[in-house]
Amino acid sequence: MTLTLGHFLSLGAMLFALSVIGIFLNRKNLIILLMAIELMLLAVNMNFVAFSYYLGDMHGQIFVFFILTVAAAESAIGLAILVQLFRNKSSINVDELNTLKG
Amino acid sequence: MDVKAGLFYVFSALLLFAAFRVITARNPVHAALYLVLAFFQAAMIWMLLKAEFLAIALVLVYVGAVMVLFLFVVMMLDINIDSVRQGFWRHFPLAGAIGALIALEMAAVLMGGFRPVGEPKSSVAAGEIAGQFSNTRELGKLLYSEYVFPVQIAAVILLVAIIAAIALTLRGRKDSKHIGASEQIRVKSQDRLTLVKLPATQPAQPIVEAAPAVTAEGEKKA
Repeated sequence: MTLTLGHFLSLGAMLFALSVIGIFLNRKNLIILLMAIELMLLAVNMNFVAFSYYLGDMHGQIFVFFILTVAAAESAIGLAILVQLFRNKSSINVDELNTLKG
Repeated sequence: MDVKAGLFYVFSALLLFAAFRVITARNPVHAALYLVLAFFQAAMIWMLLKAEFLAIALVLVYVGAVMVLFLFVVMMLDINIDSVRQGFWRHFPLAGAIGALIALEMAAVLMGGFRPVGEPKSSVAAGEIAGQFSNTRELGKLLYSEYVFPVQIAAVILLVAIIAAIALTLRGRKDSKHIGASEQIRVKSQDRLTLVKLPATQPAQPIVEAAPAVTAEGEKKA
């Protein structure tokens, strides 16, 4: 039994599904939400790398490179916002973030 | 089942277990550590796919930098776990149903649809035969020829991220006695010292009148 593209794509799909479940479960914990987003990006990257290997095209890996860059920037800014939020509200409960509500 | 397939199953089982623990762990620190495990397993799977550079980059950038940042933040904040865990299992049926739906649908489509592509028919495989193939070299050639402009944009994005993160978390301390160097350089002598003409002798005031005391203005203001 050899590995096919389907194996890797199924793995990516399961990882993505797990992180979607994680977003549903941890709807109040902002940190775990950020981690679930990282997991989602990892699943997408997995698909890119698998396609790149099985189709023999390096451009997929280039795309993963850029996704990694943007994801790192995103998590840095997200965590900075989180720290600022905690300073102001002393809590990271998503339910309490309603000050922008009119 | 060859060795590669066995390794793939081991790595993916560990990856899925770690991902499951990330989303269910009670303590956010444990979640971050399991996320490190998940990234590591993903890097190993990318190794199997012969994407060595990206695998190493994932370990360096994610395990080395981003997850340490996560751990810093998680440990710095004093989180009340009970309040954020409230209603955790209430959404589980819906979440499990949606997740299973996503996974099953995609697996059904993918396992059926991509079977013909089975063998890698790639330049990667062709280079592999020659034994001279370097994933990093190929990636670098593409990055610095065809993708020069996107690389510059990525660099700008990282710069913006640095500045934004610092600017967001920076706060001036109220009690510090810090000195603005530019203000100090731009200061003129008139700002610091004012000369007030006063007569050398003054007529004596009547005592009843409670004369306002003439303050000596010739002192330093700040």
